[in-house]
Amino acid sequence: MVTAASGSFELDDVSVTYGNETAVAGVTMSIEPASVTALIGPSGCGKSTLLRCLNRMNDELGNVKVGGRILFDGVDIYDRSVDPVELRVRVGQVFQKPNPFPMSIFDNVAYGPRTHGVRRKAELDALVEESLKRAALWEEVKNSLKKHAFELSGGQQQRLCIARALATSPEVLLMDEPASALDPISTQQIEDTIAELKSSVTIVIVTHNMQQAARISDRTAFMLRESMDFPAQLVEVGDTRVMFTNPADKRTEAYITGRFG
Amino acid sequence: MTDASFPRRRTGRPAFRRAAESVVTRAIAFSGIAAIVILAAITVFLGMNALRAVGDVGLWSMITGTDWFPTSKEPSYGFLPAIVGSLWVTAVALVVSVPVGVAAAIYISEFASRRTKEVAKSVIEFMAAVPSVVLGLMGLAVLVPSIRVLMRLDTGLTAFAAGIMVGVMALPTIISISEDAMHAVPADLRTGSLALGNTRWQTVHKVVLPAASSGVFAAVMLGVGRAIGETMVVLMLAGNSGIVPNTPLVSVRTMPGTIAGEMAEVVQGGEHYSVLFAMALVLFAMTFIINLVADVVLENQRKRWRR
Amino acid sequence: MNHASARVRRARTVEMLARAVTGAAAFGVLGVVAFILGYILYRGAGSIDWEFLTAPPRMFMTQGGIWPAIYGTLLLTFWTAVFAIPVGIMAGIYLAEYAPKGAFTRVIRLAIANMAGVPSIVYGLFGLALFVLTVGFGRSVIAGALTLACLTLPVIITATEEALLQVPQDLRQASLALGATRLRTVLRIVIPAAAPGIVTGSILGLSRAAGETAPILVTAVAFYSPVPRTVFDETMALPYHLYIMATQAVKPAPDVVWGTALVLVAGVSIINVVAAAWRTRQRRRIRW
Ligand SMILES: Nc1ncnc2c1ncn2[C@@H]1O[C@H](COP(=O)(O)OP(=O)(O)OP(=O)(O)O)[C@@H](O)[C@H]1O
Ligand SMILES: [Mg+2]
Repeated sequence: MVTAASGSFELDDVSVTYGNETAVAGVTMSIEPASVTALIGPSGCGKSTLLRCLNRMNDELGNVKVGGRILFDGVDIYDRSVDPVELRVRVGQVFQKPNPFPMSIFDNVAYGPRTHGVRRKAELDALVEESLKRAALWEEVKNSLKKHAFELSGGQQQRLCIARALATSPEVLLMDEPASALDPISTQQIEDTIAELKSSVTIVIVTHNMQQAARISDRTAFMLRESMDFPAQLVEVGDTRVMFTNPADKRTEAYITGRFG
Repeated sequence: MTDASFPRRRTGRPAFRRAAESVVTRAIAFSGIAAIVILAAITVFLGMNALRAVGDVGLWSMITGTDWFPTSKEPSYGFLPAIVGSLWVTAVALVVSVPVGVAAAIYISEFASRRTKEVAKSVIEFMAAVPSVVLGLMGLAVLVPSIRVLMRLDTGLTAFAAGIMVGVMALPTIISISEDAMHAVPADLRTGSLALGNTRWQTVHKVVLPAASSGVFAAVMLGVGRAIGETMVVLMLAGNSGIVPNTPLVSVRTMPGTIAGEMAEVVQGGEHYSVLFAMALVLFAMTFIINLVADVVLENQRKRWRR
Repeated sequence: MNHASARVRRARTVEMLARAVTGAAAFGVLGVVAFILGYILYRGAGSIDWEFLTAPPRMFMTQGGIWPAIYGTLLLTFWTAVFAIPVGIMAGIYLAEYAPKGAFTRVIRLAIANMAGVPSIVYGLFGLALFVLTVGFGRSVIAGALTLACLTLPVIITATEEALLQVPQDLRQASLALGATRLRTVLRIVIPAAAPGIVTGSILGLSRAAGETAPILVTAVAFYSPVPRTVFDETMALPYHLYIMATQAVKPAPDVVWGTALVLVAGVSIINVVAAAWRTRQRRRIRW
């Protein structure tokens, strides 16, 4: 199945090998555009590993091999003709710990556009404002854009990182436990932001929080590594409501109801 | 819809930027091997200039020759006076700097308060920057006259005087590397020992020193390397006589002192000139081996505590 | 019971003794540094005046000033920086950001560590053979500066690498994930964050080069020369001037000797203290 809409992924028998240890194998699933897909599973089951395949950040770790095929809007992103740098403009990422650059709020958001050749002040101003608005941070910082990013609170820093990722207008946003380092109120704000964003951006989010997955995602993928001797696998993927009410696999049910993991 | 609001979106990097990036990246990689290139160039250029001496005098007869009379009618170019002189100076330097340096490192690493530690470390860092010619001058003004009077010698310009000052020069190396080695010993080992009822000192000599021993050894080796290669202090304080010394209380010549003292006065391309290059090559080889041993030991030590 | 407390008492005594002995060593070393500085200040302060700092020598160097030597040292250090800093920083970047883990990188690291221990006179002869004779610069500022640059390189490389490794991995990832290339990430994110360490390390390395005598002895300096007009002229320099005046002066001129020593030491000290203080301040400001 090939979708025409922008911001979709097709994973076909994807496996990831670190050195000589295969961490993830046989993942086949699709990620639909303009929706939120949650990746859940116990610690060490390869959620982050799989996520990093989608913007080829695994390439930067060295000694990592990705097998199978990953099509992004129909194009194999591991094809030799694809420049990972260009891919990452279209597939942004937000990390677990807020990691703003040591520079002003404005410069943080403008970093991506500047990297890709936007120089005109007016254009940058517009981009920064729009991105901060989409990340629901604009009202709080509009009068202090020159402030150092480290002066913001943790939750604000994380929304700044979201704004920074949005500034290159990616079609997909990968989020690896974006709220796990934050307090409940900041978490709520991040979730609201995600809800706002999903009409325009495909979101793939890793989370350990079942309620969060249930609240914000349209589809959920459950991964599991049953033993360190074998690679992790995709147990089940499907509509979130179905999966949380009526999972097809016993192991999914056990995990969701908190019986292991 | 987002694309509509960002009309100037680019999909490719311009070719000139890619080209510029690959040039800079290549320059970076090339700079990375600069150290290897320079070390190789040192070997080649010293070797080329030493060729004539090796041909005329012979490497072995230089290294084992006991007379250094380069300017007499029948010149003799024996390195032994300089090699043995360098060893005496180094021995004195080690006697001064190893006990003091290691003890100071123990204090700074294990006993000193945070504030003292910070101050001491910056003073030691600064000490390494005091020019050696200044220490040579201090030696001439303070040390040499006192040694002459105290030891009732004809001259204070001796291996002993040079050795003490060279020891002072080697102190920063020995202190900072040993201190690093002790600092790298994981804190759990220390707290474990203290929890067993050991005093701080017992912890130091039962746990910290054994764990840091290879680092301390490397520090001493690097100190030896510094001492053998130190030039200005020995040139100014050792006296530069031509005999093979059998005590540190006489005037001696050293390899660095000989090279530095005579290089300016020799005929370029002449035999004496070439012999000095051969001596530099011997000196380079000695320090190279000493430093290599120390660095390998240090690297292994670092790896040990990494996980 | 009695037995145990005797053992404890003995341990306590040994502890005190160890603390006293090692403390004496540490403070003894600090004392030596203080003595050297104090002594040079005491002997040299009297000879420093405006003329001494700005005039050329007179009366066979026994009177007048040392301006040509000061200028020569500044010039040598400047050109050393020009040659050593770009290569040193790039090599540091290579090691911290690009070098693959493996045997070859290990060899590079060993070579850099080893370079730091090569005797300065060996650098001098190397410079003589390569820059003075083979390249044909003759005894000149440029030959001396290139020689000093070789000697300073390992210090700058090591300082750069250490400073870069302090920068959290997160920042690199964030930049790469925004579609920045590795090079842009290094130039725009990592280097600015590591700048305090790189700058201080380079300055400390250069201040050491400024005090070196042996490498310039055979590559750059002259006993007496006017202020060099171009980098291809030979020059006077403070450390060499001090060496000559202390050991081979025609007539003893203690004022010039100690004055020169004070200028040299004061220059090196001020640079070191300022650089170290700046680094401490920057470190406090940026806490990851
Ligand atoms: N850089 C790496 N090098 C080698 N092995 C790695 C690396 N990163 C992850 N792994 C291995 O891959 C497996 C999956 O790790 P991953 O971080 O993807 O799990 P995760 O599901 O994100 O876990 P968590 O929920 O704790 O974040 C683990 O066994 C881990 O040891
Ligand atoms: Mg993870």
